[in-house]
Amino acid sequence: MKSKSIKDILTNNAIYIVLLLLFVTIIIIDPSFLSLKNAGFILSQSATRMIFACAIAGPIVLGGTDLSAGRLIGLSGLITASLLQAPDYIARVFPNLPQLPIWLPIILAMLICALFSLIHGYLVAKLKVAPFIASLGMQLVVYGLMSVYFDAVSDSAPIGVLDARFTGFAQNGITIFGFRFQFIILYAVIIVALVWFIWNKTKLGKNMFAIGGNIEAATVSGVNIVVNMLAIYVLAGLLYGFGGALEVARTGSATNALGQGYELDAIASCVVGGVSMRGGIGTIKGIITGVLLFQVISYGLVYIQVNPYLVYFIKGLIILIAVVIDTKKYIKKK
Amino acid sequence: MTQLKVQNPDSYLLEMNGISKSFPGVKALDNVHLKVRPHTVHALMGENGAGKSTLMKCLFGIYQHDEGEIIFNNEKIHFRNPRQALDNGVSMVHQELNQVQERSVMENIWLGRFPMKGIVVDRKKMYNDTKKIFDDLSIDIDPNALVGSLSVSQRQMVEIAKAVSSNAKIIVFDEPTSSLTEVEVKHLFRIIDRLRNDGCGIIYISHKLEEILEISDEVTVLRDGKWVYTGSSKDLDIDKLITLIVGRELTNRFPSRKSKPSDEIILRVENLAGEYMPTVVDASFELRKGEILGVAGLMGSRRTETIETLFGLRKRKGGVIKLKGKQIENNNPREAISNGFALLTEERRETGIFPTLDITFNSIIANIDNYTNKFGILNEKKIAEDTKWVIDTLSVKTPGSKTKIQNLSGGNQQKVIMGRWLLTEPTIMLLDEPTRGIDVGAKYDIYELIIECAEKGNAIIFISSEMPELLGISDRIMVMSNGRVAGIVDAKTTTQEELLRLASKYL
Repeated sequence: MKSKSIKDILTNNAIYIVLLLLFVTIIIIDPSFLSLKNAGFILSQSATRMIFACAIAGPIVLGGTDLSAGRLIGLSGLITASLLQAPDYIARVFPNLPQLPIWLPIILAMLICALFSLIHGYLVAKLKVAPFIASLGMQLVVYGLMSVYFDAVSDSAPIGVLDARFTGFAQNGITIFGFRFQFIILYAVIIVALVWFIWNKTKLGKNMFAIGGNIEAATVSGVNIVVNMLAIYVLAGLLYGFGGALEVARTGSATNALGQGYELDAIASCVVGGVSMRGGIGTIKGIITGVLLFQVISYGLVYIQVNPYLVYFIKGLIILIAVVIDTKKYIKKK
Repeated sequence: MTQLKVQNPDSYLLEMNGISKSFPGVKALDNVHLKVRPHTVHALMGENGAGKSTLMKCLFGIYQHDEGEIIFNNEKIHFRNPRQALDNGVSMVHQELNQVQERSVMENIWLGRFPMKGIVVDRKKMYNDTKKIFDDLSIDIDPNALVGSLSVSQRQMVEIAKAVSSNAKIIVFDEPTSSLTEVEVKHLFRIIDRLRNDGCGIIYISHKLEEILEISDEVTVLRDGKWVYTGSSKDLDIDKLITLIVGRELTNRFPSRKSKPSDEIILRVENLAGEYMPTVVDASFELRKGEILGVAGLMGSRRTETIETLFGLRKRKGGVIKLKGKQIENNNPREAISNGFALLTEERRETGIFPTLDITFNSIIANIDNYTNKFGILNEKKIAEDTKWVIDTLSVKTPGSKTKIQNLSGGNQQKVIMGRWLLTEPTIMLLDEPTRGIDVGAKYDIYELIIECAEKGNAIIFISSEMPELLGISDRIMVMSNGRVAGIVDAKTTTQEELLRLASKYL
């Protein structure tokens, strides 16, 4: 059992080999890609994606998925942006709103996202709706509501000119030898550490793997399926909310299109990082590797001026390879 | 219709001669004979594990036999898969109905061989052909009805019609009446009669002795993978049949017990009944401290349903459960576990192991509350200690605690799950076929464990379909029949004959 054949090693790591080859190709075409400045950019861009991937990985490990993630991220962005515009900006969406402490809208957005995820979790855990469909429905519900809100408060004009304290919260940082360390990276590290802790050191984490690994056996073993699933969904919602606020603070403006498709990037990173879409398998280390590799490749391909449409093609291929490997591992178990 | 080359009723339609089949460590079939004449119903009998289904699987090409030959319709044949068997006129009505519930009756019957008109399915022909078969067999089912909307007996009729539709000359019925009412059984027998008159050879597998004597012309009995008897059913009665089926000396394959169970009654179950059929109908029994209560029964006796209802895995409709004199509810497994119950399930793969997770995880999951502080944070040191305890105490053969459980053998997986429950320090252990599908050596280890638990004062309910092990390690044996307790007997004084008779009490 211990000795693995070279073929096994190659299959199990095929995705990393492909990504390494791409990375090397990018460097050969333009060696200037390898710079501290680019590393800083990539890390800043990856920060919120790490949070999203860690959040969505919970429902995936449970054996489901969450297509509503992107819209919840957008909803959080809209809420925080509309409540945290610069106080001296005349065209604020809420002109009479006093300047709020920045934590207040962030917490509010997190709670609203958690509420939606709770409903989603209830549909899946208690009413046994297939996660794909439940989250597809939630995706539309959230998009509809956030668009109505967006239309009502700003006549569908982008909400920008945000409070400097809010944008600074994400964008401030320190620069060492051209390497820009934005605080947003720090928040991501904290969140990743927190999720790692929950997954590995708490009862909730063990129960999550039990449910995803074999829901029948989990029931027999006395795991409270509904409560634990709800907890994982709520955790995901809180993180979408926090990540969404950071995302809008990083980019500086929000529309109802914010967050569109983010769930697909997050799911893709998870899959590339070895989280099984069949549930019960996944590590935080893998997810973070997945996010970083994905980001390096996307950024790198744009950097060497590959046609952006072709970048989609390459990303798609990477996901397919990852899923084939995942499936192959599963088939071998029989 | 396939033309029969021989119409002489004294010759055979199907001969299986000297069939042997080995699996690693087990000789499942050893020189077995089965000869079926046209125009007859041939009963195939034997205990669970006697080799009946292995023999049928060899006929259908699901298994390839190691030795022997099969002659069908005067030709030597060797099917590679059930499809080929079906195409050649050999078909089977399964006990478990493998049907596509969401499709219509006729689509199920003609699946894989739809009548075509050009490139589209000829639904009209399909309907008419189906209707004709149904009329022939006096089956009253709409060919367009969804299979999922039919009753179990109707679905069985559909399976029979499917067998007939392929012009089968040999039709195997595997426990066809286990879920039928008396009226439905009568109808089934009329259909079988009809097929017999048409010249088919019917192989009929059942545990129901009266039924066998009523419907069959000839009987073949297998025991421990060997052929024991073939003869006309006119020469047999129930007692003779039982002796033929059981007739075996018990050997010393079980560890001995040192202590006796105490007189203290620890669990009392009164009129336990489940909500959703098929389930336990009426079960009352009591369990003493340090006792191993064996549970015997035929397939469909709902032993599993009984203990799963007791454990809260299935919904209870009625009955009283008293633990040490105090009434408890056990509404769900969590509640049962906190009341000191443990359930080792029958289907290890489906409801026991977490295949992709490691030994550590699989060991501690049912006991997780004992490793967490009030914030839900785990005590890893204690987890590591307890995992080591499971591996050492149950002598689990594994490279380490981080090995995924799916990489262990069945016996070692079972030991880990036993360990999982022992960590919860249960007072009442419900063991459902704990030795199923594991090798002989590991079986002995499991017996030792069960006995050890009993000696320590646990009370154990032990379901098994293997008579020798039931008699070998139980103190008393409760026999279930059709969801009811048919009797509770002393394991030291009872006989297999008595058990078998009780098992068919409510059929």
